[in-house]
Amino acid sequence: MDILVCIKRVPVTGAKVVLTADEQAIDASYLSFAPGPHEECAIEEAVQIVKKHGGSSTALTLGPDAAVEQLRYAASMGVDDLILLETDEEWPPMPTARAITAAIQAQEKKFDALLFGNESADAGGYQVGIRVAHALGMPVVTGIKKLEFEAGTAVAHRQTPAGWEIYEVPLPAVFTIKEGINVPRYPSIPGKLKAKKKVIQRIAPEEGDVGLEKVRLVVPEAEASDVTILGHGAAAAPQMVELLGELGLV
Amino acid sequence: MSQLPEKAKVVVIGAGIVGNSIVYHLAKLGWEDIVLIDKGPLPNPGGSTGHASNFLFLATHSKEFAEITLDSVEQYKELGVFTQCGGIEVARTEERMEEFRRLMGSSKKWGIESRYVTPAQVKEMVPFINEETIVGGFYTPGVGVVDSLQAGTLMREYGEKKGVLSSFPNVEVMDIETEDGVVKAVVTDKGRIETEYAVIACGVWSPRIAKMAGAAIPLTPQVHQMISVGPIDVLAQTDGEIGYPIIRDMDTFMYERQSGGDMEVGSYAHRAILIHPDDIPSIEEAEMSPTELPFTEEDFEAQFEHSLEIMPDILGDETAGIRHAINGLLSLTPDGYPLLGETTEVKKLWSVAAVWIKEGPGTGRLVAEWMTHGVSDIDGHHSDISRFSNYARGEYHSAQRTAEAFNKTYGIVHPREQWLSNRNVRVSPFFQMQKDLGAVFFETAGWERPQWYESNKKLLAEFGDRVVDRPNEWDSRWWSPIINAEHLAMRQRVGMVDLTALSIFDVKGSGAVAYMEKMAMAKMDVAIGRGVYTPILNVKGTFKSDLTILRLGKTHYRVITGGSDGPRDMKWFNDNRPGDDSVTIQDMTSALCTIGVWGPKARDLMQSVTKADMSNEAFPFGWTKKIRIDGVEVLAFRISYVGELGWEIYIPMELGLGIGQKLWKAGQEFGVVPVGIGVYGTTGRLEKGYRLMSAELDADYNPVEAGLARPKVKKADFIGKEGYLQARAEEPAALLCTLTVEDHTSKSGVKRYMQGGEPILTLDGEMIQDAKGRYSYATSAGDGPSIGKHILLAYLPPQHAKVGKKLLVEYMAENYPVTVAAVGSTPVFDPNNERMKA
Repeated sequence: MDILVCIKRVPVTGAKVVLTADEQAIDASYLSFAPGPHEECAIEEAVQIVKKHGGSSTALTLGPDAAVEQLRYAASMGVDDLILLETDEEWPPMPTARAITAAIQAQEKKFDALLFGNESADAGGYQVGIRVAHALGMPVVTGIKKLEFEAGTAVAHRQTPAGWEIYEVPLPAVFTIKEGINVPRYPSIPGKLKAKKKVIQRIAPEEGDVGLEKVRLVVPEAEASDVTILGHGAAAAPQMVELLGELGLV
Repeated sequence: MSQLPEKAKVVVIGAGIVGNSIVYHLAKLGWEDIVLIDKGPLPNPGGSTGHASNFLFLATHSKEFAEITLDSVEQYKELGVFTQCGGIEVARTEERMEEFRRLMGSSKKWGIESRYVTPAQVKEMVPFINEETIVGGFYTPGVGVVDSLQAGTLMREYGEKKGVLSSFPNVEVMDIETEDGVVKAVVTDKGRIETEYAVIACGVWSPRIAKMAGAAIPLTPQVHQMISVGPIDVLAQTDGEIGYPIIRDMDTFMYERQSGGDMEVGSYAHRAILIHPDDIPSIEEAEMSPTELPFTEEDFEAQFEHSLEIMPDILGDETAGIRHAINGLLSLTPDGYPLLGETTEVKKLWSVAAVWIKEGPGTGRLVAEWMTHGVSDIDGHHSDISRFSNYARGEYHSAQRTAEAFNKTYGIVHPREQWLSNRNVRVSPFFQMQKDLGAVFFETAGWERPQWYESNKKLLAEFGDRVVDRPNEWDSRWWSPIINAEHLAMRQRVGMVDLTALSIFDVKGSGAVAYMEKMAMAKMDVAIGRGVYTPILNVKGTFKSDLTILRLGKTHYRVITGGSDGPRDMKWFNDNRPGDDSVTIQDMTSALCTIGVWGPKARDLMQSVTKADMSNEAFPFGWTKKIRIDGVEVLAFRISYVGELGWEIYIPMELGLGIGQKLWKAGQEFGVVPVGIGVYGTTGRLEKGYRLMSAELDADYNPVEAGLARPKVKKADFIGKEGYLQARAEEPAALLCTLTVEDHTSKSGVKRYMQGGEPILTLDGEMIQDAKGRYSYATSAGDGPSIGKHILLAYLPPQHAKVGKKLLVEYMAENYPVTVAAVGSTPVFDPNNERMKA
């Protein structure tokens, strides 16, 4: 099994998001960057699939040179190969998907499964995985929380409010992964040292028609806290019971 | 939560370990209406305390740090938050082993139990260490870890239960109001508190808060990287948080400290990463906490490898992940010491900053006592925030020096080691002359001072065997045998010493006489023209300073003190000035330059450039006179710190170069040599047994012990008189003695030369302790070229303070024979001071 996992470099924000003066980006002066939580799970899933079924795992990202940090992070978790689609800045979903599609087609290796995060942690476009699947003519299942492989097919589990939807799809296929599918590992020190030595395949993609364009970012007004303090200590117990009753929990 | 009060006796800003310790001790000392505020939540407001690794190593060369840390350990123990686990500093190099031998001397003299351990012994205590990476270790059983947040909570609870403290989290300081240079109120986002005192205990934010009041707290926040790796089975199996000694891998500037099932790996090896206090993110904006910035992995790459080398079994385990990694912020200062005391700029605004976990409670006690009694049990002299000259109070100097200091945190720092950053800040008019003469410059308080002159190399041949070289590299580092040749040339002919770095301030006014009597131990109502050397005592009668005071007029005194002592002394004098206008103090340091002209030919030289009568009759020892050189009026003072005939000449700064050149030219006839501070501060001084502030003299010793008691006690009242009288009435517990080294030959046959700080032992090799519990050690060490011996000064208990007494000095784990050559202030060279008084 050869697995590709596509990740994105996103800022890890605190409670309050601060924008740059031009409102084009998040002010990341004192923030770190990471693959989003869904993507971290996708990396873990890729590593586990290869451990179980053999083959190889490859991490791919589109972004500036700094995104090498996220590729190496994936490598420190156990991913084998790294591809950087090097751009000056973040691209909108359409050209991103096009560049990823072209890069996949250009690889000698034919991947059995492409894993994406369900949505990016910053823009939340929910698009790239689906667009790539469409362009490559592969089936796609989104919001996956359990993934199993058997003889050329995959069984993908997706959680809905009503229960689990289970899909059986032929490979190759695209899956967008949701946090909760696994508990991603912390990289070890030997993992870090191995990652440092990995050679990165660098590709310079063409942007072309950008489709959706970013005008500016806006931080929505924070919702007022709706916390009500019922009381303190044991004295608060009756109100607590009453409230739980109202909520139909007791 | 109750309402913020409108009034308080004291507002303490910052509820980290420092702020909590301060309010605790103020409460213990009887203070009331104490208000503690922090902009963050409790118990962890988000400052450096919250991410500290919380371990306390004890061994240090610094007495002040040792005393404060040992006191902190006791306090943490009383609070029940101390877990003793032991600590091992390990060496990968022979150079570090040598440093351990030096450190052992320091442990012994501060009463800290430490011992050398072999790699196998380290392995026995820490089975997961790769003993092949190390050559030895330095084990201190008393090392431990603390819960600093819990300590803080308990300290607050003490004050709150006593009803004297109210604590307010989530209150941000917006301004500190002052009136006529005195604190008036602390303005917060939740209201204004009128207060008599304000204490800044804000860690990395302290400079920013001080600035609101117009004061300076010169520290720079810097990154210290730390990762936490786990889970590690062998660690998880221990009882409690820590079951193995902490390892400090000194040569890689790293530590490995167990924290439950994790191993915390920290580093002081990376590049200096400075963060301006204004750039620290807010609590809301911070990804983790304001003082836990995102980890920059590229700065830790070598550290990953080093940690694997020393603990391959556990840190090389691929199932052990890096669960936490931070660029933690901590406070660094230009000289490594904390910033304690009332700020120079604003009265009743106190700084308690740049204090780490191991110093927190001890510092809290020290400062609370200082605020209460004007003096503290532990001497905070080195940490006194008023030690900085004006230029050094700015952000620039602090940023430059702390950037250089960061990698010295675990470094091997030579006692004479010079800073390389922000040099050539203050130079005397003679700077270019000195450069032309090959001066090797050392720095004090920003001043560049020649330590010796390479152009004097030719003197080595002249004095031959009398100049002894030092074969060991450590002994000769930041040193040259030329110093000793300069010394001999000065004693034979005449030397010129640039003393421009001296701090000078003038005291004038109708109240000057009474005021000076109050300040000084020696009599100040002396004849106009007299110069007097005097101890300056603190309220308990031990040393605050020692300096020279000239009476220049009926109501005019001039105070002359050391360059680095100046700012501290000036604050002390200002603080004790009468409330009216009867006394004014004017800093003259930048207005005057000073040349010392000393040696048997000094009179001939001086007489050749002035018409004033320089004879002994007309210009006796200890007197000052205005004289003219080439028409320029200068003040000459017949005194000497090197024990020779001669004068200190004070010249208006802009006229200095001309006078300097004139003296230099005229001096050629008399064989004048340029003489550096190596002679002035060490060889000349030690041959004469002259004491140096913060070496021999500090708040732990009184004038009787230091051999500086006067025959009579003056009638006038003065600060510290009561303690001084008491000291005179008692048998001294120790006496300052001059010792000479009798044999320098080490076991390997190399001659070794003590540098100062070494323990003095009995012939049985036992440490010597006086009745007050103080151990004997060399407070200063240096050559005495004229007596042909290496000299040590040391306080000895009376039974050992006897001329001819044979003792030992421990240097780098070997003992060398010494003899007590003089007791008290009698010098070993020219004991009757005939040369000075010639």
